[in-house]
Amino acid sequence: MAVAEQKLPLETQSPSWTEKLHEWVTTVDHKQIGALYVAMSVVFLVIGGCEALLMRWQLLFPRSDFLQPDVFNQMFTMHGTTMVFFVGMPILIGMGNYLVPLMIGARDMAFPRLNALGLWATLFGGCLTYFSFATGGAPAVGWFAYAPLTERTFARGPATDFWALGLVVSGVGTISAAVNFVATILGMRAPGMTLRKMPFFVWTMLWTSVQMLLAVPPLTAALVMVLFDRQFEAHFFDTANGGSAILWQHLFWFFGHPEVYILILPVFGMVSEVIPVFSRKVLFGYEFMAAATMAIAFISMGVWAHHMFCIGMSRTLDLYFAAASLLVSIPTGIKFFNWLATIYGGRLRFDSPMLFAFGFLSMFLIGGLTGIMLASAPFDFQLSDSYFVVGHFHWVLIGGTLFGTFAGIHYWYPKATGRRLSERLARWQFWLLYIGFILTFGPMHVSGMLGMPRRIFTYEPDRGWALWNQLATLGAFIQAPSFAIFAYNLWISYRRGEPAGDDPWDAWTLEWMTTSPPPVYNFAEIPTIRSRRPLWDAKHPDDPDWKYE
Amino acid sequence: MSDEHQPPQDSGASLPERRDEGSPLEPPAIVPEQTLNAAQWGMLAFLLSEAAFFSTLVVAYISFMGKDKVGPAPSEALSLPLVIVTTACLLSSSGTVHMATHSLAHGRQSRFYLWWLATIALGVAFLAGTGYEWRELIERHGLTISRNLFGTTYYTLVGFHGLHVTVGVIAMLVVLALAARRAVNGQNKQAAELTGWYWHFVDGVWVVVFTVVYVAGR
Repeated sequence: MAVAEQKLPLETQSPSWTEKLHEWVTTVDHKQIGALYVAMSVVFLVIGGCEALLMRWQLLFPRSDFLQPDVFNQMFTMHGTTMVFFVGMPILIGMGNYLVPLMIGARDMAFPRLNALGLWATLFGGCLTYFSFATGGAPAVGWFAYAPLTERTFARGPATDFWALGLVVSGVGTISAAVNFVATILGMRAPGMTLRKMPFFVWTMLWTSVQMLLAVPPLTAALVMVLFDRQFEAHFFDTANGGSAILWQHLFWFFGHPEVYILILPVFGMVSEVIPVFSRKVLFGYEFMAAATMAIAFISMGVWAHHMFCIGMSRTLDLYFAAASLLVSIPTGIKFFNWLATIYGGRLRFDSPMLFAFGFLSMFLIGGLTGIMLASAPFDFQLSDSYFVVGHFHWVLIGGTLFGTFAGIHYWYPKATGRRLSERLARWQFWLLYIGFILTFGPMHVSGMLGMPRRIFTYEPDRGWALWNQLATLGAFIQAPSFAIFAYNLWISYRRGEPAGDDPWDAWTLEWMTTSPPPVYNFAEIPTIRSRRPLWDAKHPDDPDWKYE
Repeated sequence: MSDEHQPPQDSGASLPERRDEGSPLEPPAIVPEQTLNAAQWGMLAFLLSEAAFFSTLVVAYISFMGKDKVGPAPSEALSLPLVIVTTACLLSSSGTVHMATHSLAHGRQSRFYLWWLATIALGVAFLAGTGYEWRELIERHGLTISRNLFGTTYYTLVGFHGLHVTVGVIAMLVVLALAARRAVNGQNKQAAELTGWYWHFVDGVWVVVFTVVYVAGR
């Protein structure tokens, strides 16, 4: 399935496969690069998903010996690293790459060759990280790789070096993409498209890029320190010689917390495009939504130590980080109510994009609420590093990021390919994922409350955790076919899907104004923008939006 | 929603007006935005990420200041006179690079070469000074990256800054070669201008590094 995915964007007619391969490898077109980013992410999604399934199988019964402890450690390290760095970020960057120039009426990104560099650096970083398997085992330090586990003393093989180097290289790719987004969005909008008239997705890509610019370099610096410690015997995290394990935690989470917003802001943007179109109303409170996005971007830079309540910070710091973390719920709440207000009184259509958007709304809400629970330091003292935390962040990352991204993919797939996804397969995909997801991660909250720590490779039968683990494993195996159906749908609809036309959803933003798929130059004539819904203006010249904005 | 598809100018009079400025379907004029261009925004974004990178190294340096149990300490190893000279080189190069881009903008190509070469020379002088300083530190004081926390953080912070100076010198040599082929000139000055921004940034980082390492940390 994974292999089929990689070939997805290839065109069916036209020259020999070597010429096509050459075209795709050397492309600097933002649409092809965006498609390659998404294809890469789907391949890594399958790999990371298989790692998760192996872990769930191991945890099905107490005292199971399906996976050895060290292999289990490698699995959760690679699963986390893969899903964050080689699935989550690239799929959103890929969607942004495809959509931002189309949405702002530009012919490409500002720096097309830098764009290609970003893609290949990200992919190379992923390959470098996975190359560690060939050197005698993957890293086994966890995706947040707490010091001093990463020091030579505790991680002797080269796996941790490959991990650090892979993330440095893919970090270069992420920074290239972020620089490109900022330059494109701020410097290349079509005439008349002021900041206040940008499609909302573009706003979220802008602030995500700013967050990447501020959060990824500190991770790069910290990874360089790890490499210096390991290769040159430096002492940053070498506690025996005065180094500090806590410093790593601060540096990592200074990246790690904004990272979760990097993974969710573009998704907010996608559902903010989907919900209005499928409710037949304009987005409620556009300005407030944009301001809330900015507020989330800034507040989230100052909450990182809520991952570290248990290391024994001062009471003042605990209070500050708890309060700051709770503060994020205000702009997020603003967004939530604005989505509800957009839906309220609308003429709803439940095509697959809207279905996934509703999946996003319902699940992200719950993930947000368990986030508020964990932001309270005393609660966190009890449940830090338990399965409750695992349940929480999967609830926001799958319930939020993944459902929202699927809403986006189902929404824009007709634009990218000219064909509709099979609605029947999409519904199977949605319900299997929805049910399987709740069944996997719901019970984790319970086993966490019952005291099950994360990252243990097995457990004793008398702890009462077996049932909850069995439910979670069952859920994981219900989810798995959902992803297979998704991949199959992408492929089969590309070959045999119903032709979509240029504007299958009767939408209002610029990307639907051009053909499906768009020509290399996107727009024969650069459009002039007078409102937030330029395509509405074009369809309704007698009642254009610019009269009311 | 009406199904009329008339040009906006014609249908104006018959439609209800929400806002009453003249004919309602005359779209407002587009005001061109006065803003930076894409390349300038790109450079600013890149420099923002660089600032985040150096901030991290500076935080690491500060957090380990004075925590060493084995010497040499910064006060024993670092020599102020040398670093004041190299700092003077780097700071004055901000002036020369400004003069260079200024001359280019006014079409004085030969002056541009002069100031640009002066900037490169000052950058190289800074690097040579740093090289000499490092040799002294290693040979006379036995300070290496693995010696103690001071060595670890000092070489990382000053080393990454030096790497950026090196990249800046290479970028300026590239711009020089482009200018020699008339690809960079008074009309097409973006490459020189943005290299200048980068150079000012690298100088600014040095001001912070100097303050932290040679003033506060010594």
